[in-house]
Amino acid sequence: MAEILVYVDHVDGAVRKPTLELLTLARRLGDPVAVALGNGAADTAAALAEHGAVKVLTADAPEFAEYLVVPKVDALQAAYEAVSPAAVLVPSSAEGKEIAARLAVRIGSGIITDAVDLEAGDEGPVATQAAFAASFTTKSRVSKGTPVITVKPNSAPVEAAPAAGAVEALAVSFGPLATGTKVTARTPRESTGRPELTEAAIVVSGGRGVNGAENFAIIEALADSLGAAVGASRAAVDAGWYPHANQVGQTGKSVSPQLYIASGISGAIQHRAGMQTSKTIVAINKDAEAPIFDLVDYGVVGDLFDVVPQLTAEVQARKG
Amino acid sequence: MSLRIVVCVKYVPDATGDRKFADDLTVDRDDVDGLLSELDEYAVEQALQIAEEADDAEVTVLTVGPEDAKDALRKALSMGADKAVHVEDDDLHGSDVMATSLVLAKAIEKTGYDVVIAGMASTDGTMGVLPAILAERLGVPQVTLLSEVKIEDGKVTGRRDGDSASEQLEASLPAVVSVTDQSGEARYPSFKGIMAAKKKPVESLELDDLDIDADEVGLEGSWTAVDSAAERPARTAGTIVKDEGEGGKQLAEYLASQKFI
Ligand SMILES: Cc1cc2nc3c(=O)[nH]c(=O)nc-3n(C[C@H](O)[C@H](O)[C@H](O)COP(=O)(O)OP(=O)(O)OC[C@H]3O[C@@H](n4cnc5c(N)ncnc54)[C@H](O)[C@@H]3O)c2cc1C
Ligand SMILES: Cc1cc2nc3c(=O)[nH]c(=O)nc-3n(C[C@H](O)[C@H](O)[C@H](O)COP(=O)(O)OP(=O)(O)OC[C@H]3O[C@@H](n4cnc5c(N)ncnc54)[C@H](O)[C@@H]3O)c2cc1C
Repeated sequence: MAEILVYVDHVDGAVRKPTLELLTLARRLGDPVAVALGNGAADTAAALAEHGAVKVLTADAPEFAEYLVVPKVDALQAAYEAVSPAAVLVPSSAEGKEIAARLAVRIGSGIITDAVDLEAGDEGPVATQAAFAASFTTKSRVSKGTPVITVKPNSAPVEAAPAAGAVEALAVSFGPLATGTKVTARTPRESTGRPELTEAAIVVSGGRGVNGAENFAIIEALADSLGAAVGASRAAVDAGWYPHANQVGQTGKSVSPQLYIASGISGAIQHRAGMQTSKTIVAINKDAEAPIFDLVDYGVVGDLFDVVPQLTAEVQARKG
Repeated sequence: MSLRIVVCVKYVPDATGDRKFADDLTVDRDDVDGLLSELDEYAVEQALQIAEEADDAEVTVLTVGPEDAKDALRKALSMGADKAVHVEDDDLHGSDVMATSLVLAKAIEKTGYDVVIAGMASTDGTMGVLPAILAERLGVPQVTLLSEVKIEDGKVTGRRDGDSASEQLEASLPAVVSVTDQSGEARYPSFKGIMAAKKKPVESLELDDLDIDADEVGLEGSWTAVDSAAERPARTAGTIVKDEGEGGKQLAEYLASQKFI
């Protein structure tokens, strides 16, 4: 069977959920061969094998952390040359997309980004994309070279499918461009203990209507009662009430959870671009005319300062 | 020595309009007004600030797009860019990112540059990969997705806020930079700027001028193909209740019925 190269997104050996989802999609196309780079790469093998990786290619070198993007492209290219895969799949993070894109130019292949589904087709993998703030659904293919496709989080279920997952060291030699952009300092983002925004099953977001940084506590309290991630509109972020890392939308994160709860958010097109593919959408807004209500499965017209705390109390009561 | 800055700007359909695909599955440009991609205004802004800091600098804005894309160039010129380059050719219609980036790379080399500045993503294709591809094609460092950028002594430095960390980056020129919407509000064109823009030079280039064959670009020359585009069915109207004191409880009831609690 054809081999499918899967680029692994991990933090010190802990594989992130979007990569496990990629393995589900990769198995529709062939046998997944995973490529894990950097600190803790070999530690990813057990999780990857559990989810269908027949092989795990690993490499670590200081270059991966000390320089931007290109060393990882060099390594992925080495894996590509070693495996001659039928397709290369990469998680759609900002960095993942850049790695995939540079690999695609090098190997003379077309690239599709931000696929939300993937199926085997007669002429290679067929990718579904959500276009124009998710108001259109397109199906596309790579028509030249080995398809390089990046896939958004929450595009497939995580499924156990034990495979060999044999670990092999990948030989990488870095090209002249690898050391072009130096990372001179790195400040890790502090963990909030809440789920990762793009991976969360439930996202609770606040907007301008939250009216102040301190008031985000009521959004956080609701999120915590539901085990959810916290999101924010750009208006709330620009006002300095919540970190940019939590922004949902065109220039923030794109989320696709089972449940999205928007409080005090009007539903501008740029916000919708980042949440419109959520399975169930709920909004709380005091303006019955707010465009967000066009999207909702359930909406409450009311003051969020009344509705949200009552909801939180009710969720806590029901959970006992 | 003058610092040559080339800013890549894209002409896109207005996101607040009714965006659609045409029959050949390319972007329908007839029914919706086009404009300078809002995220590219941030690139123009940073270019202008860098030029203001430098002793001697020249800002050229570059677009690959149809005739009307001149509007995007005019906007950038009225913000303060010095000159514009427009690559316009019927054969470009339907180019994917590989074809587009090939044309941009050749046009940038022809124009001459010390730094290329792009937006973080277009507001229509929204791939967010073109700057990285340009760096690969030009064989220079990529310093992308910056929320802060500075150019000094032949070096570009900046901050990149990633998913798990915030990184400080440094590269030597020439380089390709892209900036996010966190890099600083873009200025509005002044009346004087708008008047001055009318006199600024806009150079038009065709594929021949860049030694690119028609079969390397456009729908035929692209390395990806769109097979179908369907409008997402409108969401079925949801239940909307007015809070009369029990709104939170009613919502909890709904969430429980959907097994979220
Ligand atoms: C290039 C570009 C990129 C952008 N990217 C993004 C992006 O990534 N993400 C994003 O979110 N936006 C983005 N925007 C901004 C976007 O256009 C909107 O300005 C923004 O989403 C508005 O945020 P909001 O809904 O919180 O604020 P508003 O539009 O001001 O809405 C606030 C809402 O809160 C309601 N409200 C007020 N008080 C209460 C209360 N007490 N109880 C209940 N409801 C209340 C109001 O009725 C109103 O509907 C972008 C814009 C541009 C031009
Ligand atoms: C909905 C949709 C989905 C698409 N999906 C794909 C796909 O999966 N694969 C594919 O190969 N093509 C795709 N395309 C085509 C692709 O968008 C164009 O080829 C495009 O010009 C390059 O990608 P982008 O606009 O997404 O650029 P991005 O990578 O998002 O743009 C980043 C920056 O590059 C610069 N830039 C981009 N285009 C131009 C230009 N024409 N002139 C000057 N500067 C520019 C701007 O500074 C911009 O801010 C898609 C187009 C649409 C409308």
